[in-house]
This record gives sequence, structure tokens and C-alpha cells, in this order.
Amino acid sequence: MMINGAGATFPYPIYSKWFDEYAKVDSSVRFNFQSIGSGGGQKQILAQTVDFGASDGPMSDDNLSKAPGKILHIPTVAGAVVLPYNLPGNPSLKLDGNTVAGIYLGQIKKWNDPKITALNPGAKLPDQDIVVVHRSDGSGTTYIFTDYLSKVSGEWKQKAGNNTSVNWPAGIGGKGNEGVSGQVKQTPGAIGYVELIYALQNKMSYADVKNAAGQFIKPTIESVTAALATASIPDDFRFSMTNAPGNDAYPIAGATWLLVYQQQKDPAKGKKLVEFLKWAVTKGEGMAKDLNYAPLPNEVQQRVLKRIDEIKT
Amino acid sequence: MPASIAVEERSIQARMAHPSRFGDKAFEWLTLAMALAVVVLIILIGWQLWIGSSLAIKRFGFHFLVTSTWDPVAEQFGALPFIYGTLVSSLIALLIAVPLSIATAAYLTELAPLWIRQPLVSLIEMLAAIPSVILGLWGIFVMIPWLRDYPFPFLKRFLGWTPFFSGPIYGPCMFAGGIIIAVMILPIITSVSREILRSVPDLQREAAYGLGATRWEATRIAVFSYAKKGLFGAVILGLGRALGETMAVTMVIGNTPQIAASLFKPGYTLASVLANEFTEATTDMYLQALFEIGLVLFGITILVNLLAQLLLRTITTASTTRAVQ
Repeated sequence: MMINGAGATFPYPIYSKWFDEYAKVDSSVRFNFQSIGSGGGQKQILAQTVDFGASDGPMSDDNLSKAPGKILHIPTVAGAVVLPYNLPGNPSLKLDGNTVAGIYLGQIKKWNDPKITALNPGAKLPDQDIVVVHRSDGSGTTYIFTDYLSKVSGEWKQKAGNNTSVNWPAGIGGKGNEGVSGQVKQTPGAIGYVELIYALQNKMSYADVKNAAGQFIKPTIESVTAALATASIPDDFRFSMTNAPGNDAYPIAGATWLLVYQQQKDPAKGKKLVEFLKWAVTKGEGMAKDLNYAPLPNEVQQRVLKRIDEIKT
Repeated sequence: MPASIAVEERSIQARMAHPSRFGDKAFEWLTLAMALAVVVLIILIGWQLWIGSSLAIKRFGFHFLVTSTWDPVAEQFGALPFIYGTLVSSLIALLIAVPLSIATAAYLTELAPLWIRQPLVSLIEMLAAIPSVILGLWGIFVMIPWLRDYPFPFLKRFLGWTPFFSGPIYGPCMFAGGIIIAVMILPIITSVSREILRSVPDLQREAAYGLGATRWEATRIAVFSYAKKGLFGAVILGLGRALGETMAVTMVIGNTPQIAASLFKPGYTLASVLANEFTEATTDMYLQALFEIGLVLFGITILVNLLAQLLLRTITTASTTRAVQ
């Protein structure tokens, strides 16, 4: 039996690993996932051309109303969006929401701007132009980042807003996480935003960001899990975990979801899908850390399992 | 010849004529069908683009072609920066590639020693075989850092007073986009030009030498003038490729929808924005606006080709009138 899914690129590595491992658990079913992007994932599940979708951002009310049946959001893992930069000497920087918004609005133009030096008294910041790098393609990473900016800056919310693709007030666009990290690495004075794993693999310095509790937090799997634990998660799991209130929470983080219909069309496929989802949310979560994703904390796990029980086959 | 043999011959011919005429007719219909299939395909593509962008056309109308905002959140879309980017980057590419290609083709057909011709041709054609994405990667990691360190500051120092080379140098920019498209269209213009120049009959060259022309004069008068139409066709082929070039351009052009005089500023092309945003376009209006971008690109390509055909016609009529006089 073949179960088809499509959608987000961010969780593709962990989903691939899950499908691979699950084939050893239950060899009667094979999963096929096409990472065409969150927008594609949402469109395909609406059109019912796939058995499940995957999206880095929750579906809007508008889109959900177009669905022929009720669609459930199943959160799987979470990740951090970090801010790598290219400065001589690789100083370690601390930034806060206002400053990041100011940089991305094009208002803070130089690295030795008083707003940045105030947060980093020890660092040697050059009198150099800040080259802002953002995503040119639509992406869940942008969704998470602009969600954070919209929360910490009213001006950002009004000028650009929150979406997978926005009208950037400043900066150049790179294609994909790899494009942005490539640009930042190559351009002296550049700053960008990428998924944590890209910054780690490219050995780039990235900033500690001030969270809602006033602490400067280094982006790690632990600080993302902390954010997930303290984020307010509504019943339908369509939540945003940026600027989470916890003391150790990293503020620029987001989850990714699997989208499934509550009423499954094909009973045999539906049963297998439910079994897989239960395995993923329990056993699968153990594999998340190795691939630099934050697993769901226990309380959330239990709630998700209850939600999976509601899927009718 | 005896009448009986003549009659026999005619009857044999009559019998033979039927089957062979059917074969000819079938071949004619088949090739006509193939040709029509291509035309129908083009019409279908255009029609699909049209209905795919109907919502956006209804909402924005003509403003789509002259507005500069591209805001997916507020759902305000305007294609002007992309049209500008496509045309300017293609123009830069032509300015760089055409002299280089035609000079290369001339060298290969007129001047190069015979032993070097085939290897050089193979090398140039290998350039055409490099996938667009790989060239784009080379652009980001090799070309742009080199450009940023040497040619760009040089240009800025001497030509920085012109609006074309003013402003800060980031690296990814319109100029880089134009250069990488030039690299991509070089092989095609070179090989087609080479074929055109090769097809110039030796008689033309000999006639020029016979009249006392130097090497350059013979090449200019006998070869280039004769091959003008074909060379122009080669350039149009290159332009067609330049207008649609996507992946390599999107990796080096900076992906910023803006219209700026400076070539050091980042830009955006119609093909690039489609490649970047199509898969993640979440709302219907967004998707249809992107379809409309595709329609605009389709339209521009057809328009440019039509203009080229018209220009070609004026060149040939002008040259024939001169010859007569």
C-alpha cells in the first residue's frame, strides 16, 4: 500500500527518516512524500490529491473553509530560525526584537549603530553597512520570522506583515535556506535568517535573541523545546510559538504540521495512516534531536495523541 | 518506338503512380499535423495562462503592467520591476555576448588554424551543456566574490559618476545577472553564427580578395554583409533564451523587485519571481498574479520575436535596394 503526502521542505529530513524507519516497523505500507513547499501541501490536501499534507504554517480560516471535510493539524516537530551574520572576528552578538525589526525595515543601516552597540558593549562593531539578506522564495522559515517581527514591532506588522512571502522593505533575496546562508557567508557585513541546521552546518556565528521574559537566549534544541512547552496551544493546534513567554524560551521558533482529514476516505489507508501518526508522535520524536529538530514536549504529545484518536476511518 | 511497348510502359506507369502518390500525400499530412501541433501547443499555453490569471486581470487590469508594488500580504501586485529586470538583464547579456560570439565565430571560420577548430568548437558546446543551476552555484561562490573584489570597484572608480555604476556594491546585482545570462547564451549564438558564416560561399570571399581587399575588409564586406540576416537570426535566438533564463539568474541577481538606474543594485526578472514564489503561493489571487507574470513573459517573448522579424525585413529590403543601385 502506498500513502502519498506533499508539502513543507523544512521537515523533509525528519519525515524521510521516519518513513524509512517505519518501513521496518510495518512493511505493508510505503510512504511517498514530495517536498513541494507548504503552499503546495495545503493546496494538494484541499484538492484531495494526497492522503496527507505538510505545512510550516497553519492553514488560514479561509483555506480551511474551502476544504470538503474537517482538516486536523497534527504538530510534529519544531525548529529554530536563527540570525547568522558575517563580521570580522566573528563576535558573538546579542539582539532584541526592536533591533532586528529595525535592521529588516532598513532603518538601522550600520553595524555600529547605537542600538546595536548598546546591546553588545564588549564587541568591536565596524562602521560597515548592514547587508540585509532575506528569502526570495516563499517559505515557512519566512512565515516564522515575520510572525516574530509582527509581534515585536507594530511598524513591521503594518509595513510588511506576516506571510510566507512579504514585500521586504530592504535587502536582497536568496533562494532557499541555502541561498541565504550562501549570501551571508559571501558578503561581508551581511545578516540573514535561516533554519538552525544551516547555520550549524555552515559554521556561521548567529545571534542570541532577547525573549519575552527579557533573557538573551542562544538558539538550541533545548530552548526551542522550552518555547514549545510554554507556548499557548489552542485546541485545534494552530498555534504560533514565536516570542513564547517562558524564561528559557528561544523567541524565533516555529512548529510544522501534518494535515489530515478527520474523516478518512479510504478505511484501510486511514487505519495505516493513524498507526503511523501515533508511531511518529511517540517513537519518531526520539529521532528528532539527531537531525536538529526539537521534539514535542510530553504534555503536547499527549494532547496530539488524543487528537489522532479522533480520526475516523 | 513500337506502339505496343509505349502502351505497356504507360500502363505500368499508371499502376505505379497510385501507391507512390498515397505515400507522398500521407507524408505531407503527417508533417502538416506536426507543424500544426506546435502552433496549437503555443495557443494552448497562451490560453491556459490567460484563464489561469483571469482573477488577477480582472482586479488589476492594465495597472499590472505599470505598477511597482509586489506585496503578497496586502495582495497588491504589479509587474513593472520584473519587466524592467528581464529587459535590462537581457540587454546587458546581449551587449556582452553578441560581440564575443560573433568574433569567436568569425575566428573559427576565417582565421583559426584547422587543427584548433574542432577542439575549440567542442569546448564551446560543452559550455552549453552546463546545467543552469550549476552555473548559478558557480555564480554565487566564484563569480560574484571575484566581481565584487576586482571589476566592480574598478568600474565604480572610473565610471562611478554615471548613474549606471553608482551606489554601494553588494555583490548580487543586475550586472551579475546580465553577465551570467551572457555566459549562457554565448554557446548558442556562437554555434549558430558559425554555421551561418560557414555557409557563406567561398566565391564571395574570393571576389573580395580579387578586388584587392585586406583580410578584415574581405571578412567585413564579403562575409558579414552577406551573412547579416543569419547573424541577426542567431542574435534573436540568443535573446529568446536570455528572456527565459531562470535558475542561474535567480541565484545572482539579488531578487529585489525594484527599478534602479545603477547596475550594482539588485533586481528581479519575470522568470525568477515565478521560480521563487510559485510553489508557496498560498492564496488564489497570489497564484493568479504569478500566472499573469507568466502571461506577461509569454507576451514579451512573442512581441520581441515579432519586432525582430519586422526588423529583419527592413534590413533585407534595404540591402537589396542598395545592391540594385
